[in-house]
Amino acid sequence: MQHDTSFTDQAFKVVGTRVNRPDGVDKVTGRARYGADAFAPGQLVGLVLRSPHAHATIKSIDTSAAEALPGVKAVLTADDLPENETNKGMMDILENCMARGRALYDGHAVAAVAAIDNQTARKALKLIKVDYELLPHVTDVDAAMQPGAPIVQPTVLDRETKEPTNVSRVSEFGHGDIDAGFAEADVIVEKSYKTEQTHQGYIEPHACLASLGPDGSGEMWVTTQGHFVFRNICAALLGLDIAKLKVTASEIGGGFGGKTHVWAEPLALAMSRKCNRPVKLVMTRDEVFRATGPTCSTSVDVKIGAKKDGTITAAYAALRYQNGAFQATWGMLGAMTSFACYDLANVKTVGYDVIVNRPKVAAYRAPSAPMAAFGVESTMDLVAAEIGMDAVDFRIKNAAKEGTRASYGPTYGPIGIGPTLDAAKNHAHMKAPLGKNQGRGMACGFWFNFGGQTCTDINIGIDGSITLTVGTVDVGGSRASLSLIAAEELGVAYETIKASVADTTSLGHNDMTEGSRGTFSSGMATIFAARNTIEVLKERAAKMWDIPVEEVAWEDGEASPVGDQHSNLTPLSLKEIAAKSPNTGGPIAGHNEVVADGAGVSFASHICDVEVDPETGSTRVIRYTVIQDAGKAIHPDYVEGQFQGGAAQGIGWALNEEYIYGDDGTLQNAGFLDYRIPVCSDLPFIDTQILEIPNPNHPYGVRGVGETSIVPPLAAIGNAVSNAAGVRMTHVPMSPPRILKAIEDAS
Amino acid sequence: MAVLVSTTVNGDPVEFACPEDETLLDSLRNRAGLTGVKEGCGTGDCGACSITLDGRLICSCLVLGVEANGREVGTVEGLSDGSNLHPLQEQFIEHAALQCGVCTPGFLVAANALLTRNPDPDEQEIRYALAGNLCRCTGYDKIVRAVQAAAAEMRG
Repeated sequence: MQHDTSFTDQAFKVVGTRVNRPDGVDKVTGRARYGADAFAPGQLVGLVLRSPHAHATIKSIDTSAAEALPGVKAVLTADDLPENETNKGMMDILENCMARGRALYDGHAVAAVAAIDNQTARKALKLIKVDYELLPHVTDVDAAMQPGAPIVQPTVLDRETKEPTNVSRVSEFGHGDIDAGFAEADVIVEKSYKTEQTHQGYIEPHACLASLGPDGSGEMWVTTQGHFVFRNICAALLGLDIAKLKVTASEIGGGFGGKTHVWAEPLALAMSRKCNRPVKLVMTRDEVFRATGPTCSTSVDVKIGAKKDGTITAAYAALRYQNGAFQATWGMLGAMTSFACYDLANVKTVGYDVIVNRPKVAAYRAPSAPMAAFGVESTMDLVAAEIGMDAVDFRIKNAAKEGTRASYGPTYGPIGIGPTLDAAKNHAHMKAPLGKNQGRGMACGFWFNFGGQTCTDINIGIDGSITLTVGTVDVGGSRASLSLIAAEELGVAYETIKASVADTTSLGHNDMTEGSRGTFSSGMATIFAARNTIEVLKERAAKMWDIPVEEVAWEDGEASPVGDQHSNLTPLSLKEIAAKSPNTGGPIAGHNEVVADGAGVSFASHICDVEVDPETGSTRVIRYTVIQDAGKAIHPDYVEGQFQGGAAQGIGWALNEEYIYGDDGTLQNAGFLDYRIPVCSDLPFIDTQILEIPNPNHPYGVRGVGETSIVPPLAAIGNAVSNAAGVRMTHVPMSPPRILKAIEDAS
Repeated sequence: MAVLVSTTVNGDPVEFACPEDETLLDSLRNRAGLTGVKEGCGTGDCGACSITLDGRLICSCLVLGVEANGREVGTVEGLSDGSNLHPLQEQFIEHAALQCGVCTPGFLVAANALLTRNPDPDEQEIRYALAGNLCRCTGYDKIVRAVQAAAAEMRG
């Protein structure tokens, strides 16, 4: 059934309230089961051997000693993962899961074992002999673009010269004439920036329990942001029928984009198939850092021209993003998001996607946008200072609005950048006094948001309680928000609903929980599944009353007869209708499948105060405010939680987190001691302000809220630190040594 | 060589045999069946495996299973009094102090250790007491508020 997805300005009864989440008790008692918390009879321990080299030819792998060790049940190399009909177009994914003749980065998997226990598996790894021949490597994005740089993927050719290159893609966006625009400008500021590579840093390492028989049937328990997509990819990589692989998503201990990609899961399945035993494979933190996740490091040039009255006449950015050892389009995304906050007559961005000897880059919360925003929003402050205009007023003057043609192409509908800037200007934070060595900064951010394929089931129990079955993994409270939506539609109490994430055999395909789509898309499918359920409930009531269904209305959780002729009939509650369902047609259910188009773009403005110690270069965030457009906050607690969590990740990125590579191309800080994410004592309370500018393409006006919050912090803190220290910071993270050096260089 | 360990976990007598080099974290998870104790790093940096050993807050990944012999282990599974949740557990739910929840058991054990020795901590004391526990989802805001609320509730 087709449904109208347009926003209707309805009044809500339960949506927008701060109810307790349904999985709360499980999660505070230790009962909730995550990726590593499943066990199967006869399970083996799977471990992966990883390359200690940044770039090497694998001349040979001798697994004979490992195979001969008692207790070892399977040893796996790329030879066990042949190219086949179904994985032809996915060899990059398979090669990242396990090296095929070449180790492309420190941590690249080269072999794996499954053994009866951890001790035996560890011994077996040591018995595998790999003969490497080292190749020249490159880990820096700018170095990888230089002529003569070591080539990481020899099959990637320059479009014009046809010579091998590390630049796999060049993408251009924009409109107008930037040369003419810069010629009109009274002031032009041009600046270059760098950002270092960071990891999503989810606390739960990747983990799965895979069981696959020689008949090609199997199942997998896995921590993932999308078990349907994992099923499809693993089946294709290994040549299985999709329907024969049942994948169950565990509770997920954080993902932030890093659990949208398969890493070791295909290896666990392949080893299970090889020895016909369940294989549990749990990564160590070292493996998580070296072989999964990270976002791009970047090098960005920004040029903005403006008139003295504050009108931007032209804007340009060149953005170089390293994608790790495989082709990707993160630089393209950076080029798309760069100037999305502004209404510009002349704009051009060029994104370069670059391959280096580092782990394959994965999505990380609004992927690519924070680094572009760091360059653009830092330059915005410089231009404002140059023309003597307040930084917020300068942004307000140039903010995109409904009807603006976005720098990446589309024309905006109603959007929230202007309102978040107005809210920032008027926020009490802006008037808080600043002390010695303290500075204030602000910045804006944009993210597209995404919809995608989704389906949802509602089943009514004989007692009138309601099962809501969704296929989007709950990464941060979506079972609560979706239950609120089901309760709202059906007109029942929130507590009546039990929301579950179904395994892949129990529901149709659902895309990943990514792109801030969980509450947007599953919310939409839940609304329509509930409305379909109501149609069934009305039919059953009509049957019970023996009147035409057209004469039944649904309101406040009960069926009411319409018309004076039925004044003798009293309304039937959902519970009463459910109790009679065996006699009125059987189980009562509603279903909906949808490609949730029309995700609403999202904007935020952040304000930040820092104190910089000029002696040590250390920075302390003393005040932080997030203002973001949510469209509609279904569960305000978890919307605030997304705002605060993204800000905290951005603060870590801005001030401290970075992958440090040695001259030998190996990662030097693959652990939480040396890759330090913000701890409780590093942060202040993070103030939030939720704005609600409805998304016209969702019945409740929902936009995604999960990602935009990480976009402004790099620049907001950069601007604050620059104001506090009196020097412009252009390199993230702004760690103490970098700040000290900037202060020294300036004096 | 496996070693037989006799210990007390959340007040109950527990026996298991484990290899000499196995961490207490692995023994609790894989032999005692207490998977509320999580491994986030295995190097004592994230606090997801926080437990008490003879009342002292420790990372169970930094202690061997054999070291639990004759001692008292406390985990998140022992926090509630039967079906009555501990005030910290209640306030974590009430304040939405968890998103993914994988760090939550460690935070609850660490916060309980704090409130046991200091029933009225200020914000700074809470933040420093919990600085050994990493949370990547929340930015700690709602966690600190939940601990403040639980402390107030426990003081009565």
